[in-house]
Amino acid sequence: MTLMKSFLGAAATLALTSGAAMAEPAIIFDLGGKFDKSFNESSYNGAERWKAETGGTYRDVELQSDAQREQALRRFAENGFNPIVMAGFSFATALETVAADFPDTKFTIIDMVVDAPNVRSVVFNEHEGSYVVGVAAAYAAKGDTVSFVGGMDIPLISKFACGYAQGFKSVKPEGKVIVNMTGTTPAAWNDPVKGGELTRAQKAAGSEVVFAAAGGTGLGVLQTAADEGMLAIGVDSNQNYLQPGHVLTSMVKRVDNAVYDAFMQGEDLEPGIFVMGLANDGVGAAIDEYNEALITPEMKAAMDDATAKIISGEVVVHDYMTDETCPAY
Amino acid sequence: MDYLTIIQILDSSVRLATPLLLTCLAGLFSERAGVVDIGLEGKLLAAAFLSSAAAAVTGSIWIGLLAGIAGSLAFSMIHGLASITFKGDQLISGVALNFLAAGLTVVVGQSWFQLGGRTPSLNGAERFSPWTLPFSEALAKIPVIGPAYDELISGHTALTYLALLSVPLSWWVLYRSRFGLRLRAVGENPSAVDTAGISVVRLRYAALVIAGVLCGLAGTYLASLAAGFVKDMSAGRGYIALAALIFAKWRPWYALWATLLFGLLEAIGNRYQSIALGDIVIPVQFMQALPYILTVIILAGFVGKAIPPRASGQSYVKER
Repeated sequence: MTLMKSFLGAAATLALTSGAAMAEPAIIFDLGGKFDKSFNESSYNGAERWKAETGGTYRDVELQSDAQREQALRRFAENGFNPIVMAGFSFATALETVAADFPDTKFTIIDMVVDAPNVRSVVFNEHEGSYVVGVAAAYAAKGDTVSFVGGMDIPLISKFACGYAQGFKSVKPEGKVIVNMTGTTPAAWNDPVKGGELTRAQKAAGSEVVFAAAGGTGLGVLQTAADEGMLAIGVDSNQNYLQPGHVLTSMVKRVDNAVYDAFMQGEDLEPGIFVMGLANDGVGAAIDEYNEALITPEMKAAMDDATAKIISGEVVVHDYMTDETCPAY
Repeated sequence: MDYLTIIQILDSSVRLATPLLLTCLAGLFSERAGVVDIGLEGKLLAAAFLSSAAAAVTGSIWIGLLAGIAGSLAFSMIHGLASITFKGDQLISGVALNFLAAGLTVVVGQSWFQLGGRTPSLNGAERFSPWTLPFSEALAKIPVIGPAYDELISGHTALTYLALLSVPLSWWVLYRSRFGLRLRAVGENPSAVDTAGISVVRLRYAALVIAGVLCGLAGTYLASLAAGFVKDMSAGRGYIALAALIFAKWRPWYALWATLLFGLLEAIGNRYQSIALGDIVIPVQFMQALPYILTVIILAGFVGKAIPPRASGQSYVKER
């Protein structure tokens, strides 16, 4: 027991000193886990890219419960990690307290705005990217019904759904978008069986293309779409390779770029609000060798056209989170 | 709502009810023998993980099924060791197993596959394929009965039919066999069984073996349906099965109806996320909460009186 204690003590001291000396960056992953094939994995890839290019090292932690947020943040800040990146909107409350206590540490929060002098808030225009994949869905569907499966029922996920619906209706104004949410608790991110059932129900209601913004649940959606001969649209990371031939495209959110930038700037991280949209490649529709065959030239032209119009401001995509309503439902 | 929609909802209910039914029967055997099994959730998860891992490695879901049953059995035996042999608290042992499964599956999965606690996706023979019953295509054209046969009765996987078969089988074992009589007696009055010269410990272990096998089937079903393992993918189904068990008053046929009802509610919640009744719109949150609201109502005792086996939850001590 005493041996164990001294070991632990030594390890802790080592961690403290090494952290303080080098000011490594740190990243905290949200509940989905580092390898969720989606949001967290994308941020992990950004960190790994930084590591490969600079040869630096960073510290990371995967949260197991909501209660650990502030604890993890505080621990990293106390140990001198700088900057500290957190992937997920749920960190906002914890960060507000911790950022005030550590004015010399720089923080980056993704998907949420926290107003503090040492915080960089990176938000994505998911509604713009979703609009573009909505356009693709409209061209891919022979009929006029497509659908959406969301994870937990929160405004951010409705933002995806609403952008998707607007894009779809820009091509098929009389069409129908079935929007389903998996649940109202964090368990909704990890229920592929329910995701699959929702997809089957949507298929029964006439849907031909399903857009999944649902973390681990989305894998069940993609699988069922492949089983049932539908097309699916992946989210966050490029998920085209998961079910080749059945994933129309993926609405990628370049979380990796946000993490990479933050790590690159290191301690001189510029605080403020950074919006990543179609214009600066923050979001977009992924096209690679797995889905090339599914993207017809006219679909591609329509997607490019929509992208150009959004960038130029000719088309304004309504953001669900501004007023919690959606004109396209 | 047309006829085909109703059939599709019922079809979905059957798919959703299958894992609940198997888990519920597992709990039934265990509790009938006097061992409260709150660790059903953990066993489901362990079975889902091991079956999907074995199927991904070997390429056969049948080997996966064996692995899933083995994993679930191992958990059952730990439960038995703690609560029968060492006479520990059955609730605590069960809760511990749930935590153990939630953590272990992710850690082991990460070290085996480096996919963050996930297993690789299952394809082809790594999943159960649906069984198309004979004549289903020919009969599908007959109105009313045809679609019902084609959509609802045919086209499920082997485990669904096995789950349905296990209901009459459980009934027969419990109420018509000598083993079943003793099993029930052990849950009601273990001392009487002991006086008759029958081993209480052996009977309770036997019940846990049956529970382990049934949970193994349920977990494999989940893994096959979702084509792989994702952390915490059992999503509370073990607890819902426990609630269904109380609803079913610890009887096999009632268990079938109870789990089908839970499946139906979930299927309706999936299909109609918001229902407009005239001016009032029932919100999606309500529809999704229905199974849980129902659970609370049942547990509050509105649906008749549910009397558990008298000796359930107590470890048997020969002499005090």
